[in-house]
Amino acid sequence: MKNEYDVVVIGAGPAGSITAKTAAEKGLSVLLIEKRQEIGDPVRCAEGVSKVWLRKHIEPDHRWICADVKGSRIFAPDGTMIEMSEEIAGAEVGYVLERKIFDRALAYEAAKTGAEVIVKTRATDLIIENNFVKGVKVSHLGQSYDIKAKIVIGADGVESKVGRWAGINTAIKPVDIETCAQYLMSNTGIDQNYCYFYLGNEIAPAGYVWIFPKGNDMANVGIGILGNKSGNGKHAIDYLNDFVNDKYPDAKILEVDVGGVPVSGSIEKTVANGLMLVGDAARQSDPITGGGIINAMEAGKIAGEVAYNAISRNNVSADSLNEYEEKWRETIGREIDNSLIVKDTFTKFSDKELNSLGHSLKGVNFSSMSLLDLLYALFKANKKLLWELRVLFKTVVKYELDFEK
Amino acid sequence: MVTINVNKFKCGYCGACVSVCPAGALELVETWIEVNELCTSCGICAKICPVGAIEVKK
Repeated sequence: MKNEYDVVVIGAGPAGSITAKTAAEKGLSVLLIEKRQEIGDPVRCAEGVSKVWLRKHIEPDHRWICADVKGSRIFAPDGTMIEMSEEIAGAEVGYVLERKIFDRALAYEAAKTGAEVIVKTRATDLIIENNFVKGVKVSHLGQSYDIKAKIVIGADGVESKVGRWAGINTAIKPVDIETCAQYLMSNTGIDQNYCYFYLGNEIAPAGYVWIFPKGNDMANVGIGILGNKSGNGKHAIDYLNDFVNDKYPDAKILEVDVGGVPVSGSIEKTVANGLMLVGDAARQSDPITGGGIINAMEAGKIAGEVAYNAISRNNVSADSLNEYEEKWRETIGREIDNSLIVKDTFTKFSDKELNSLGHSLKGVNFSSMSLLDLLYALFKANKKLLWELRVLFKTVVKYELDFEK
Repeated sequence: MVTINVNKFKCGYCGACVSVCPAGALELVETWIEVNELCTSCGICAKICPVGAIEVKK
């Protein structure tokens, strides 16, 4: 560990590792720090990811792929099932990852490209001079060090402090977080080709239960509930226990994972003088699916490139780094905003309304698995929903939905 | 003064509590949660904790 770098990245999850790799590829000197002793552990994630998007960042490797998924089965509260599969399109759907190995593989990519990586090292504060972030204070094995940097990247996850230290309020309201618990289970008897989703305010208030195949007879069985529905003696883990006791009394628990997923949608700003926020630290997870891996990697790629551009033009001010802000908002930001609209509508539905939506889709054949295709079918069958989500039309229809087909 | 109690045997050190703390009083240090004097006992962390590991001291 030196005392000066072009870029210091705080946090070695997907966002941080891709940022570090991209910046190092460009020839910048990069330090990637991780507070845990093992990158990727403990897991706080359902581990599902889209194949097409993943391939943009890393070549799939059997060492960190547990299952190859070809479709989803979504259950309304009364048990009505909607199946969405993509066999027709050549099984291009998703993987379920082994995050413990995947995250380390990404950090390895960063290291191989030239970034320095150091674990068991936690950022404790920013070094700020004349309103510019000039570096970071770290604690490494209990010793404090000052590390200077032209640009600091906050990739420090849901519990991010980096943004707050730079004056960006990233505190999440209870209504803007899904509080989640998950068991890795064996013997659930699920079909390993499918992801399962169970909706209903009894089983998962303003959230859902997911079951993602993990290979052999294993699966991630997890639940997310909206933070404002949690508490008063019942937390995510209690809902999860109710679900698995009822559904899988003979399954065995091999691992417990917990976590909070930001579902606030885009925050006001993700840059400051000498600083960028990426991934969960920037609240870039998808408000409806809770998925964050791809968005984190996309943001990391952009941030790494912008770090290079800004340092090249010798201007790391917020104005200069705004290039990152603009680029991510034009791409993943648009998806996040659309998902937020859908989430705000869906989390208000009663079980009766969810059942009626489920019934309206009975017999519909889905040839693709995108959220938009699901919405399209829902709109066709439910005029009321169309009205409630009308705001989407101004943005989405123009770009993505083709109502002529 | 410590105003909340984190049951370290229940805690899964996921950091969800840190993210919702309006005062920035919490910190996830490797595998444990630390609380500083900025804590106002608002109880939001206790509410959203996925495993119910946090108790507000009255």
